[in-house]
Amino acid sequence: MLTARVIPCLDVRDGRVVKGVRFSSLRDAGDPVALAAAYEEQGADEIVILDVSATPEGRATCSETVRAVRRELSIPLTVGGGVRSADDAAKLLEAGADKVSVNTAAVRDPELLDTLAARFGCQCTVLALDAAAHDGAWRVVVRSGAERTHLDAVSWAREAERRGAGEILLTSWDRDGTRAGYDTRLIAAIAGAVRLPVIASGGASGPGDLAQALAAGADAVLAASIFHDGEWSVAAIKDHLARLGLEVRS
Amino acid sequence: MIVRTGTANLASVEAGLRRAGADCALADDVAQVVEAERVVLPGVGTMRAAMSRLAEKGLVKALANRVREGRPTLAICLGLQLLFESSEENPGTAGLSVLPGRVSRFPKGVRTPQIGWNRVEPAPGAAFVEPGYAYFANSYRVETLPPGWTGAFAEHGDRWVAALERGPVLACQFHPELSGKWGTALLRRWLTLVAAPC
Repeated sequence: MLTARVIPCLDVRDGRVVKGVRFSSLRDAGDPVALAAAYEEQGADEIVILDVSATPEGRATCSETVRAVRRELSIPLTVGGGVRSADDAAKLLEAGADKVSVNTAAVRDPELLDTLAARFGCQCTVLALDAAAHDGAWRVVVRSGAERTHLDAVSWAREAERRGAGEILLTSWDRDGTRAGYDTRLIAAIAGAVRLPVIASGGASGPGDLAQALAAGADAVLAASIFHDGEWSVAAIKDHLARLGLEVRS
Repeated sequence: MIVRTGTANLASVEAGLRRAGADCALADDVAQVVEAERVVLPGVGTMRAAMSRLAEKGLVKALANRVREGRPTLAICLGLQLLFESSEENPGTAGLSVLPGRVSRFPKGVRTPQIGWNRVEPAPGAAFVEPGYAYFANSYRVETLPPGWTGAFAEHGDRWVAALERGPVLACQFHPELSGKWGTALLRRWLTLVAAPC
């Protein structure tokens, strides 16, 4: 049986890990290689790196970060942020990413998902779906939260599956960095609409939240602040989940 | 020696082998595949893409012979599936056809692709694979062990083949290079095998 995955996320800008609230107010949270290695040692099942650099120089630095993290890491590495084309994805894969996530570029040009799946395989193609609550449903948010679209989050998840995405990294814009708990209704809506695995993100404050996200249908839970601040280790979180009866990799 | 299959996550495979103590190089030349002491056949992507790449490089026969002759070969993920005759993924595309049968898709009603860590249980006689958690990323799988092969099983929807072993040939449906310390230890066991009992 598949185990519930616990995934620390590193938002990386210009070679440093940063963390913000609702995608802004960024503050420094450490060195990506050291953090990734520490999380693996604690029992992380996977690492996600999101490049939040605003400049081409920053993006070039991200490839170097991926290369350096890859040398140390013996668990899967997903990289996203600013991926505009199949060639951008190829560069990250060549640097050592195992999966690449796309968000804004796929909303602008959904065929990018077909292209990525055809060229690298669907297991390599992750749709990062940022969703904000709107009138009892959810709308897709792009450009790191700067732009709300009219796209319905559930319809977009279904379309992405049809086009070849292999996994959905689902972030609640409303909960990101707030520690108010995951949006479990959003998770249930998306996980119920697709056969793809769903990684829940946005709002974790402790193991109870992660357990709720998993109970709502997520296959994996992603968190950043609670790990970077040293409040919870991955091992402590997994112990809690195991005590709640969830199967985790020990 | 790692075979370039065109679509594989080569950087991870190479990094994983280096962590396990191997000195490795990438190649897609027939002579190298024939002569190399150990060959790794990685694979992500589709059977059609990988087979057309192997055919283009003239590697189909060399790889099939290595496995048939029981020379040290490690196939990873799609690499395992390539050993079979065909796959539901690309009907009409022939695999390396060293092993009989067809690779099939996970049954309806289970999360597909399977992405994540799953419990692996070795079959009797397995020399390399030990019980533990391995990282998988696949939509297709092999349902039964071919005659003369041992290996390991895992469950997702139903029970299927997580690894195949015969002598120094090891094929893993999971990614040993991404399976943490357990995976590194497995790679090390395969790398340190001394003789090649055929």
